[in-house]
Amino acid sequence: MATWTWFHQLGSPPHAYRIAGRFAPWFGWGALLCIVYGLFGGLVLAPPDYQQKDAFRIIYVHAPAAWLSLSCYTAMAVAAFVGLVWRMKIAHAAAAALAPVGASFAFVCLATGSLWGRPMWGTWWEWDARLTSQLILLFLYLGYMALRSAHDDLQRADRSSAVLAIVGVVNVPIIHYSVYWWNSLHQGATVMKADRPSMPAEMLVPLLVMFLGFTLFQWWVLCTRLRAEILDRERNARWLQTELLDGAR
Amino acid sequence: MNQWASFGEWLAMGGYAAYVWPSVGLAIGTLVANMVMARRRHAKALQRALRRMAIDGNGDA
Repeated sequence: MATWTWFHQLGSPPHAYRIAGRFAPWFGWGALLCIVYGLFGGLVLAPPDYQQKDAFRIIYVHAPAAWLSLSCYTAMAVAAFVGLVWRMKIAHAAAAALAPVGASFAFVCLATGSLWGRPMWGTWWEWDARLTSQLILLFLYLGYMALRSAHDDLQRADRSSAVLAIVGVVNVPIIHYSVYWWNSLHQGATVMKADRPSMPAEMLVPLLVMFLGFTLFQWWVLCTRLRAEILDRERNARWLQTELLDGAR
Repeated sequence: MNQWASFGEWLAMGGYAAYVWPSVGLAIGTLVANMVMARRRHAKALQRALRRMAIDGNGDA
C-alpha cells in the first residue's frame, strides 16, 4: 500500500499545487539554457549536411517540435485515462493543461516541415502518410480543446474530452511508424532508432539538447497551467485560503 | 565554427535563409507565446481566487 502513497499525494490538489510550484522554475530555467545552447550548437557550430547543406538546420526546430507534440499527446491521453478510470480530478486538469502547448507545436512541426520540404522535395505539402497523420494529430488537439470549451459543466467537459484524447492516441504510433509502413517522402528516423543514430556528434548533441529543452519547456507549461486549473477548480477549498493568504503568494 | 567566413554568410544559410530563418522564428515565437499565455492564465486564476476570498472573508470566515 505504501508504494501508492505518491500516487494519492499527487492526486491531492494541495500537494499537486505545491509540487508544481516548486518544480516550475527548474524546468523553466533548464529549458531556457538547453534551447539557447541547442540553437547555438545547431545553427552556428554544427557542420552543414553533405546532401542538404544548411537547409538541414531546420531539423533543430522541426524534430523537437514533432517530439513535443507527440509526447504531449501521449501524456494527455494517459492523464485523461487516469482521470476517467480513477475519477481523479487532477489528472483531468493535467490533460487540459497539456493541450494548448501540444497543439501549437503540432502546428510548428507541420509548418517547419513544409518550409523544409519546399527546397528539399520541391513541394510545400504532399498527402503522404507521415504528413497526413501529423495533420490529424493537430486536428485531434483542436477537437479536444473545442470539445472542452463546448461544455459549461466542467465534469462533463473532462469526461467527454477524455474519451476523445484516449481514442486519438492510436494515431501516435501511426505517426511514428508511418515512414516504415508506407512509402513516404519523409526521411526515416535519424535519432530514435534501435542502432546508432545516423549523425556525427557535433550535429547530434545540439539536437539531443533541443529535445531535452523542449521536454523541460513542456513540463514548465504543464506546471504553470496545472496550477491555474487547480486554482479555478478548488474554488472554495480551505487549503487554498491558507496557501494563498498565509504564503507570500 | 570555421564554416562561416562572415556574419553575412551565416545569415545567408547557404542560400536557404528563406526557409531556415522563418522556421527558427516560428519555433521561438511559439515558445514565447506559450510562455506568455501560461503565465497570464495562472495570474488570472490567482486574481480570481484572491478576489473570491476577499468577498468570502467579509461574510462568514
